[in-house]
Amino acid sequence: MADREAYITGVGQSEVGVRLPRHPLLLTVDAVREALDDAGLTLGQIDGVFTYPGKMNGYTAFSPVASEDLIEVLGIKSKWHMGAMEQPAQLSAIGVAAMAVKQGLCRHVICFRTVYEAGGMADPAQYMSGAKQDSVSGSSQWTSPFWATSAACWTAQYAAKHMHKYGLTREQLAQIAINASRNAMANPRARAITKEELTLEKYMSARMISTPLCLYDCDRFSDASTVVIVSAGDALDEVSASPIRIAAMSGSVDRYSWDQVEEFAAYETGADLWKRTDYTPADVDTAQFYDGFAFLPITWLEGLGFCGKGEGGRFIEGGTRIARGGELPLNTFGGQLGAGRLHGFGFAHEAVTQLRGKAGERQIAGDPRVAVATSGGGPMAAALLLARD
Amino acid sequence: MNPPRPKPRLDQENTAFWTGGREGLLKIVKCGDCGEFTHPPRLLCRHCQSENVAAQAVPGTGTIDSFTVNHQPWAKDLKVPYVIARVKLDGAPGVYLTTNIVNCPVEAVDFDDRVRVIFEEQDGLFYPLFEKAD
Repeated sequence: MADREAYITGVGQSEVGVRLPRHPLLLTVDAVREALDDAGLTLGQIDGVFTYPGKMNGYTAFSPVASEDLIEVLGIKSKWHMGAMEQPAQLSAIGVAAMAVKQGLCRHVICFRTVYEAGGMADPAQYMSGAKQDSVSGSSQWTSPFWATSAACWTAQYAAKHMHKYGLTREQLAQIAINASRNAMANPRARAITKEELTLEKYMSARMISTPLCLYDCDRFSDASTVVIVSAGDALDEVSASPIRIAAMSGSVDRYSWDQVEEFAAYETGADLWKRTDYTPADVDTAQFYDGFAFLPITWLEGLGFCGKGEGGRFIEGGTRIARGGELPLNTFGGQLGAGRLHGFGFAHEAVTQLRGKAGERQIAGDPRVAVATSGGGPMAAALLLARD
Repeated sequence: MNPPRPKPRLDQENTAFWTGGREGLLKIVKCGDCGEFTHPPRLLCRHCQSENVAAQAVPGTGTIDSFTVNHQPWAKDLKVPYVIARVKLDGAPGVYLTTNIVNCPVEAVDFDDRVRVIFEEQDGLFYPLFEKAD
């Protein structure tokens, strides 16, 4: 019987930096080349391109490259492609790619996420021409008029409530950021983002952004491209790398409003993931959880059932449990807090890298076979369960 | 002096909300059939999909569900710190507003504080801000 599963067969990443002079399209091509080499595939074998969120005209710093740009410059004979923001969250681009290969529409597809937010800030005329703040519509009209301009302000209120309701402390939250910096120090691709290990003392004295979130609770704009190649199960004989199966995926949006939800979508998405697999949280060897803000991994720990609701703070207390040598190594590449705002795809990249034992200095011990990668925050979330069979 | 607040573009769905303050009224879309509230405002009820909806005045009081003291100036010359809060509205079950708590020091704001709306006018729009009620 034909293998109708979807596999990640290659991962690649460009240089990760702040204000990189290299054009974001070229960064994307760098990441594609690395992913193709990794998979042992050539461009001629690629027949689809998927991205999140697609090129954002007027705000290309956030997303400078269209799926069609890659089809055009790489000479890809695409059978299906997509770049869309109206999806559960960043990793849902990989989810849709998996659906395409499972359906037989494509055999090997490129999934990418390119960000140029640091370089774009330095060249607003070219990369942020539509980012004017004087007039707002859509969902931002319910936040921006009150100078709740950033997702930091929105996330902060849920973090504050978690502290109020469940007793989460800043010392506990700090462990997410400290763990991220420690792991980033062992990641060569994170050198431009993290230059020294964060200490609790430095964290506690950092300036506040939006209480309780301080500077180190927020990820940092960066320039980079991350690529994941998804292949059909019946095309694996063309691949030289060890394939990682997408064992399950889930995503959810209930209210598309940051301020109308009682809890973040990580809880619904997390619970759903386990309904679609025989694996359980106890099988997971490493967790790669979206950490655009340090509070978000706590919602994923609770939402995916690694601990009970409200117990996330105590779960990460002291940081040993989530360290590389701990029972649930978290964000082993540094996450977005330590390795830059790769915007979701970094988590899938690292999960695959760890499951293949290719993470070098930061490789976790044992024989990791199962990983969870997540993306999203607030009312939207998507998760991937990845397994090496 | 703070910079002008970002200005919502008025449309069929949101005009009652952003201009209700002219009469001193906080208006939230309510369904004439099932009685539930829909916010952000829409042209149909998000609970029963009835089109028999209209923006109706609510008491304008509420409770602070959560809040943050924002220290980052997101715009040039924006004065910090200031309080952003998620206010649970009285008389409109399930509806929350993101807003600012004003007319008190940031340290005076706490969970479950009772608050009431005050409107700040700017270019014909009425921004519903809240102050402590006691």
